[in-house]
Amino acid sequence: MTARTEESQPPDLLYSQAEEDLRAAVRSLLDDRCDVPEVIARTESDAPYDPQLWKALATGIGAAGLLVPEKLGGQGAGHREAAVVIEELGRSVVPAPYLTSSVVATETLLALGTQDGPAAELLTELATGRKVAVLAVPFSAAGPDTVAVTAALDGTLGPVADAVAADVLLVPTTDGLYAVEAGTAGVVVEPLIALDLTRPLATVTLTGASGTRLADAGTARAAVRRGLLAGAGLLASEQLGLAEWCLTETVRYTRERHQFNRPVGSFQSLKHRMAHLWLEVVSARAAARNAADALATGSPETPLAVAVAQAYCSRVAVHAAEECVQLHGGIGMTWEHPAHLYLKRAKADSIAYGSAGRHRETVAELMELPAP
Amino acid sequence: MTAPDAAGLRRLTRELLAAHPPATTGRTDFLKARFDAGLAWVHYPAGLGGLDAPRSLQPVVDAELAAADAPDNDPRRIGIGLGMAAPTVLAYGTDEQKRRFLRPLWVGEEVWCQLFSEPGAGSDLAALGTRAVRDGEDWVVDGQKVWTSSAHVARWAILIARTDPDVPKHRGISYFVCDMTDPGVEVRPLRQITGEAEFNEVFLTGVRIPDSHRLGPVGEGWKVAQTTLMNERVSIGGARIPREGGMIGPVARTWRERPELRTRDLHQRLLTLWVEAEVARLTGARLRQQLVAGQPGPEGSGMKLAFARLNQEISGLEVELLGDEGLLYSDWTMRRPELVDFTGRDAGYRYLRSKGNSIEGGTSEVLLNIVAERVLGLPVEPRNDKDVAWKDLSR
Ligand SMILES: Cc1cc2nc3c(=O)[nH]c(=O)nc-3n(C[C@H](O)[C@H](O)[C@H](O)COP(=O)(O)OP(=O)(O)OC[C@H]3O[C@@H](n4cnc5c(N)ncnc54)[C@H](O)[C@@H]3O)c2cc1C
Repeated sequence: MTARTEESQPPDLLYSQAEEDLRAAVRSLLDDRCDVPEVIARTESDAPYDPQLWKALATGIGAAGLLVPEKLGGQGAGHREAAVVIEELGRSVVPAPYLTSSVVATETLLALGTQDGPAAELLTELATGRKVAVLAVPFSAAGPDTVAVTAALDGTLGPVADAVAADVLLVPTTDGLYAVEAGTAGVVVEPLIALDLTRPLATVTLTGASGTRLADAGTARAAVRRGLLAGAGLLASEQLGLAEWCLTETVRYTRERHQFNRPVGSFQSLKHRMAHLWLEVVSARAAARNAADALATGSPETPLAVAVAQAYCSRVAVHAAEECVQLHGGIGMTWEHPAHLYLKRAKADSIAYGSAGRHRETVAELMELPAP
Repeated sequence: MTAPDAAGLRRLTRELLAAHPPATTGRTDFLKARFDAGLAWVHYPAGLGGLDAPRSLQPVVDAELAAADAPDNDPRRIGIGLGMAAPTVLAYGTDEQKRRFLRPLWVGEEVWCQLFSEPGAGSDLAALGTRAVRDGEDWVVDGQKVWTSSAHVARWAILIARTDPDVPKHRGISYFVCDMTDPGVEVRPLRQITGEAEFNEVFLTGVRIPDSHRLGPVGEGWKVAQTTLMNERVSIGGARIPREGGMIGPVARTWRERPELRTRDLHQRLLTLWVEAEVARLTGARLRQQLVAGQPGPEGSGMKLAFARLNQEISGLEVELLGDEGLLYSDWTMRRPELVDFTGRDAGYRYLRSKGNSIEGGTSEVLLNIVAERVLGLPVEPRNDKDVAWKDLSR
């Protein structure tokens, strides 16, 4: 019973009832509409995304507009709610351009701060799920230093996540931020063969393309920074969802699988590995919630919270997926079993929006723990 | 009387502060008055330091008292009493036992220790061999306990002893409160890895414990001990620390102040551990929020695991960072400290002391078993000791 001084603005690390309701809605939709054989089949087709599922998620549940204010056609909710949706999408490795369009592109546009005009109109279309937009920067970009395209909308960018699904590409150039319609003259989106089968990558090549200029260079830079910060912060929730699925499935499987006349889950070396993983997942949840809450409340701690969450959760997701494959034995190496989808997603996620090492450098900067 | 809400507790706390101004009231007197006002642990019953209020409202009282700079009891000095003995006495004690023990325990006038482990029974605690034999109104206790922290400053001990060797080990144990000043209780310092003697060997020879100092029914001591051990874990996981509050603090300060010590490899490791320490802090914060919201999660058992590993890795890094200084040690003199000091003294001490973090209060291996079986529901270890009388077990 020690006396304790309160933190000035303690983050809320729990889930609210409304968030749990949202989770239940998303989960039941995914249970119905997105089973593993279907996901695997889609990854092998030319249409990685299921437009019906996207419609149900984006408009049916209203998930696409969570970050967008009501007056622009969104739900006026926030990052905490979006994080819950992303957790569920991670748990089911759903192919859907949610993180890229409903978070990163949406957040970038919101950061422009315009109440009307083309950016506001585009926001409405994203919020209502009528259009998908992606920020045309490499998926590994942690900050706006990676602007590679010249003012004349000329150049090649990539690998850009979800570009194949995008109706609109948000292109940061030396001259500002442009909205470029996919499929117009001078825009070529070329699919790449990606490690993560459930989140397609492509190069975007612009040759004298035309687009609508949404912001000047300075505003664009800040907006892109904000978009990527939100992306990195909420990616932690995807990593959490992935890791949690891997742990749950591994526990379930090792309880049932018998070798040496015992369930393999009764062997202590395995139990300890799963217990370690549990602790990592529990910790990842605190880190991911902290990042989501910081983004939602506009806390001055946001950059640190996001860097900590990314530096931590990336490793947890990869570790969980690797353990999942290993503890499933031979079945874990098969194409039919979903474990590989999680491993591929987890590994790709560990590079997305900055590697753990990049985020640790941010921690070093913010906490004044400089390199030698 | 209905339990007070947050506003009620705030009012009661202010009344306490007005009647006993911290500036002019002695520390012990203030703590006694706080106990009597029911503001010691608000979730305890009225008359026993509490007001039957929800546990989650304790921070309301604590915040008011901290703001008024009121004296506080020292949870480290009274850790075993506060975290383990008290909840067990509350759950199993008679009214008289509760009245006798709880107030001096909470105020810190009486320190407690835990006479559980024995040379032959650590992780396998239920295998213990210390005997308690009924003699009239008393029990006569003979045996040896070991690694007993604070036994040299303790007034009371929680003790488990075997009262029936003819039944399987978990069923023949009873739980007592032992008076450490009784004849027959001999405490010998046990010097440890750090050079000091924080824990002890305790020899019990013909110690007479009145039956009125038994907690719970005869033969059900193992069940009572579960309450103690569960609370041990909760109290370990529940501590609140600020950013850089644990072992990462000193090493981060050294890093900032002494650029000549920095190397690239140490930088990478420091940042990784800094992030992990921050995440552990957040996980603890989330655990407390769950408690307040009335949804206690199993995370408590995990926190001790996390802190043990972190303390060991961070203190190891710190010794390395110090280079030539890391080759030195402040003092090997054998002392018998009153307090367990995890973070004090120098880096070498921290490095050595933290080795105990994964042993004391249940080893990390045993905690991993508990998480795997009770949290994850994995199959229990095959056992060959369940239906065998204790006296027939191999030792
Ligand atoms: C600093 C310190 C303070 C202490 N204070 C107290 C105190 O105040 N009161 C008190 O009663 N006790 C105290 N202890 C004792 C402590 O609780 C025991 O040391 C601990 O429970 C381990 O028991 P043991 O030492 O007999 O190790 P053992 O049980 O012999 O363990 C040896 C090794 O085997 C491993 N092991 C054992 N069983 C299993 C299993 N089932 N699966 C996997 N691995 C296993 C252990 O993890 C350990 O690595 C203290 C210990 C320390 C280090």
